Parts: sequence; C-alpha cells; structure tokens
Amino acid sequence: MLDINNLTAKIGDKEILRGVNLTVPDGEIHAIMGPNGAGKSTLSYVLSGREGYEVTGGSATYNGQDLLAMEPEQRAAAGVFLAFQYPVELPGVGNANFIRTALNSIRRARGEAELDAVAFLKLARAAIKNLSMPDDMLKRNVNVGFSGGEKKRNEVLQMALLNPGLAILDETDSGLDIDALKIVADGVNALRSPTFSALVITHYQRLLDHIVPDYVHVLAAGRIVRSGGPELALELEAHGYAGLEAA
Amino acid sequence: MTALPTRKLEAWRYTELKSLAAISFAEPKPAKISAPLPDLGLPRIVFVNGSFNAALSNAPDFVGPFAKVLDDSALPLVQINAANAQDGITIDIPAGIDAGAIMLISYANAAEPIAFHPRHRIVLGTNATLTIIEVALGQGVYWHNPVTDITLQEGATLGHYRLQDESAEAFHLATIRADIAEKAAYESFSLVVGGKLSRAEFHTNLNGPNASTHLNAAQLLRGRQHADFTSVVGHKAPNCASRQTVKSVLFDHARGVFQGRIEVAQIAQKTDGYQMNQALLLSPHAEIDIKPELEIFADDVKCSHGATIGALDPEQIFYLRSRGIPEDQARAMLIRAFLTEALEPVTHEAARTFLEDAIETWWARK
Ligand SMILES: Nc1ncnc2c1ncn2[C@@H]1O[C@H](COP(=O)(O)OP(=O)(O)OP(=O)(O)O)[C@@H](O)[C@H]1O
Ligand SMILES: [Mg+2]
Repeated sequence: MLDINNLTAKIGDKEILRGVNLTVPDGEIHAIMGPNGAGKSTLSYVLSGREGYEVTGGSATYNGQDLLAMEPEQRAAAGVFLAFQYPVELPGVGNANFIRTALNSIRRARGEAELDAVAFLKLARAAIKNLSMPDDMLKRNVNVGFSGGEKKRNEVLQMALLNPGLAILDETDSGLDIDALKIVADGVNALRSPTFSALVITHYQRLLDHIVPDYVHVLAAGRIVRSGGPELALELEAHGYAGLEAA
Repeated sequence: MTALPTRKLEAWRYTELKSLAAISFAEPKPAKISAPLPDLGLPRIVFVNGSFNAALSNAPDFVGPFAKVLDDSALPLVQINAANAQDGITIDIPAGIDAGAIMLISYANAAEPIAFHPRHRIVLGTNATLTIIEVALGQGVYWHNPVTDITLQEGATLGHYRLQDESAEAFHLATIRADIAEKAAYESFSLVVGGKLSRAEFHTNLNGPNASTHLNAAQLLRGRQHADFTSVVGHKAPNCASRQTVKSVLFDHARGVFQGRIEVAQIAQKTDGYQMNQALLLSPHAEIDIKPELEIFADDVKCSHGATIGALDPEQIFYLRSRGIPEDQARAMLIRAFLTEALEPVTHEAARTFLEDAIETWWARK
C-alpha cells in the first residue's frame, strides 16, 4: 500500500506540492489527472527519489517503509517503478544490458539469484513479443534514436521485466498511437494482481477506457482537490478543470 | 646524454619532466616477478626491467633479437633511447602471412630507481597481418622509455592494442613511429590507467593512397596522475583516412593532455582526417588540455576536430538508479559507455575482453 500524508515539497524557493494526501491500497489502480504544472511529475519524482526536491513536510510510505528515507535504487528494490514522462537516452548503453543489470540489481538487493544473459534474453524476448514490439529494441542503445512512442513502449517493457509492486506511469500514453495505447494498457493490466498497485498519470480519458481505474484524483496547484470513481474522468473530459482549483 | 625536453619546446608545453629529471637512475638489474603476468593463451614475449626474458617467453619464429640502428631523429626522447637502448625485438612478417596475435609484455620490478629504453622494430610485408597486445606494468620507481618503429607494406594490417598499467610511481614515455604504405592500415588503441607521469607520442605517416590509421586512446586517471597523448599524422598521399578518438576520464587532481597535429601535403587530395577529444572531469581539480593543429596544403580535404568536456549527467544517473542500479555501478556503466567509441578499432575479441576487464579492474581499484 502506498500512503502519502500531507506531503509538501519545494524546488528552490518554489512550493510545488502543497499537502498531498493519497492512499493506494494493494490491488488498486488510481488515476491522477490535473492541469499542466500542477505537480504530477514532481510527485512521481519525489516518490522515486530524484534529487533537487526539498521535502518540507509530510510522509510517503510504501508497505510501511519510509520511501523518503531511501535511495532511489532501494526504492526500486522495494518494488517502486516510475515510467518517466520523458525517458532518458543512454548513448553507448545497450538496452538488453541495461535492463538485465537493473533486474539483477533488484534481485541481488532482494537476495535472489541473478539471471545469466541467456536466461534473461529468453524472458526479454517473451516480454517483447507480448508487447508486440520489434526485436531490435533490445539491441539498440537505451532510447537513443527511439521515436516518442518507442520510448514510452520501452518504459513499459522495463516495467514488464522488473515486475514492480507499485508502478507510477507519468503520461505513458502521450505520444502513443491507438494500437500502442492498447498494447501499453494491456501491459499494465497484465500486471494487475492483489499485490500490485499503480498510479496512472494522464491527461486523457482515452487511456482509462483501457486501464479502468478504481479511483480518479485531480491534482491541482499541488493538492488533490477532488477524488471520485472512473466517471470523474468523463466529467473532466466534458467540463475541464475550471473551478476545481478553488475547491 | 641528450637533455630531457623542457616546456620551452612547443611539443612539451603541457608536460613537465622536472620530476623525472630530479631522479638519478641506476642500471637495471635482473628481478623477480612478483605479480602474475597476463596470459591470454597467446605467444608471449616478456621483458623484465627492460631485458628480454627467454624463460618467460614463448616467442614465435618471426620474432628476432634487438638490432641496434642509427637514428638521426630530432625527438629528444628518441635520441635518449638511441643512445641507451640495450634490448628490444624485431618482428618480420613475410608478405601474405597472417601471423595471428602475440603479447608483448614489459614488467618492471625496481628496488631502486631504474631506467630502460627498449627499441622495437616491426615490419609487415605486403598484405601481412598481425595483432600485438602490448602491456606495460610494474612496481617501484622507474622510467620506461620505449621506441617502436613500424613499417607496413602495401595492404598490410597491424592491430596494436596497448595497456599502460605501470606502477603509480613510474614514468612511461613511449614513442611509436609508423610508416604506412598504400592500402595498409595501422589500427591502434591505447588504454592508459597507470604511471605517475606518462606520454604516448605517435608519428604516423600515410605514405600511399588509401592507407589508413586509427590512433585511439582512453586515459583513465586518478590522484595526481598525468597522461599525455601526442600525435603527428602526415597525410602524404591521396585518399587516406586518419581517425583519432581520445577519451579522458579524470578524477581528483588528474591531468590529461591531447595534442594532435594533422599535416596534409599538397598531393594528399581527398584526405579524411578526424579528431574527437572528449573528457569527463569528475572533480573540480581535474584538468584537460586539448591542442588540435591542422596544417593543410591540399584543397580537397575533409578534416574535423571536435572536443567536449563535461561531467556525468545527473539525469542519466537517476534514470539508472530508479531502475535499481546502485549509484556506483550506474556511474561505472556511464563511464564505460563514454569509452565505447574509443575501443572501436579493437576488433580482436580476446584483446577487447582483456582491455574491457582492465577498465573494470581500474574502476574497482578506487
Ligand atoms: N527544476 C525546476 N525548477 C523550477 N521549477 C520547476 C522545476 N521543475 C518543475 N518546476 C515547476 O514545478 C511545477 C510543477 O511541475 P510538474 O512537472 O510537476 O507539473 P505536471 O503536473 O507534471 O505538468 P504536466 O501536465 O505539464 O506534465 C511547474 O510549475 C514547473 O514549472
Ligand atoms: Mg508532468
């Protein structure tokens, strides 16, 4: 379970998160919507441990562990995965080597046996096939020369292979064509289990047709200003965010 | 003895040899081997304190003994070498022969400061090929001043992969001169991880049409290590290509130098000359000096020089860490990625694995 309590955070002097309260029980998928600049990416970065943010108050725990006291790699080992809004290019680093190193780091941190190259490739090829991705994605350098949509799919491939307990998807749907959107949604739905939960950040109702959330929250100006069922997304689609920030 | 060059010489502006000049060196004596020597299952030629060691070597037939030659070079270090050289090897590969790969190892074990000046001569006949994996390592205070002369006849290919892993107190000043005939290729890569002060100086002439060379290097330095890569490439015939990718990774107070000069003669039309120098400065005290020079007398040439100086990208480090990869390993991965392009000429698989392992070992040493 992810439990965020009155979380406040600054970048420099600028207060971005202004008291976020959010609980995502195991087995549930929650969507976060909200206007540009509301703090959605900031929230996902703070949860995954990026530098440059000063947490000024509140707490964030995952399965009772204090996320904010952990290094980014420790959070990953604990099961947290962030699909980046803007995935990072790594020239000179092969994608297969990258994902295998990540998987084995997590396995090592959990006291599990590491996978050799052959065993990993078998797993990776199966995952690639499931996600209808081209095989050469594994051979290329991480995200280098990938199209916008390919970068997002590569995030989903990593997610599928690292098999997280908590996935935070930051606008993984933007830039995807209609078929890719279904593939990505299938990738998330395939992970659904009583021990998996997800925070799905999106601007579009469209994605939520495929990944049906248990709850939808609206983040505006650094706070959750409204929560509701899947129908809230439809309402937002029709009326926009006008009037919500004041709530 | 010829005097050591000083910084008054343009070619020595960035490398100061005062600390070398201050030491009085004794004649080298035979010494014990107190570290395992690399063994790739290849024929091996081993020098200990500058002398050929038959017991440790299994040299193929094409390797002959040192032959003293007259040398009227104007280079001070080559003059010093010529006056003091006592040993070295001569390699002669007949035309058309693929001689495989050999290792050439220099091991030093200096109980007191010693200096040695090996002189090697390598000749590849028409269309002959050879791979040399050259390793310099040792213990104690010493000055290793090797000169290697290479002649590649038409269509010959030499892969020359060097690992400079000398002791932390050692001086390593190597000069490599290569004459490359039509369609011949001199493919070199130098990995510099050792030595207190080192320099590799290449003088390469592309003498016939379609000759080519890679003069690549990676300098990985810590503490107060100083490493200098200096090259002079003469394009003396049309349609030749020279490519130099030199990468430096500098921690602490380390200092790297790149001086690269490309001379294109009037006849050398369609010259393709490329220099890329990139440095990762991983401490505010690290320093890199880059001096490219182009001297072009032909009009139809393509010569480029690029340089970048930077640090590791925190976004990239965070991306790797967010996937569970510990910070130290994330940095190592990015440094390895940074070096990839420089290793390109190393096409010999065992040599490549050997050099990649040396990079890993260097990283783990800190
Ligand atoms: N490094 C930074 N320095 C200064 N301000 C920043 C920095 N990073 C983000 N911000 C600001 O913080 C606010 C929240 O940004 P964030 O990226 O979290 O928004 P978002 O909700 O994800 O928006 P979008 O829907 O456009 O992705 C914005 O006003 C943004 O300009
Ligand atoms: Mg965002």
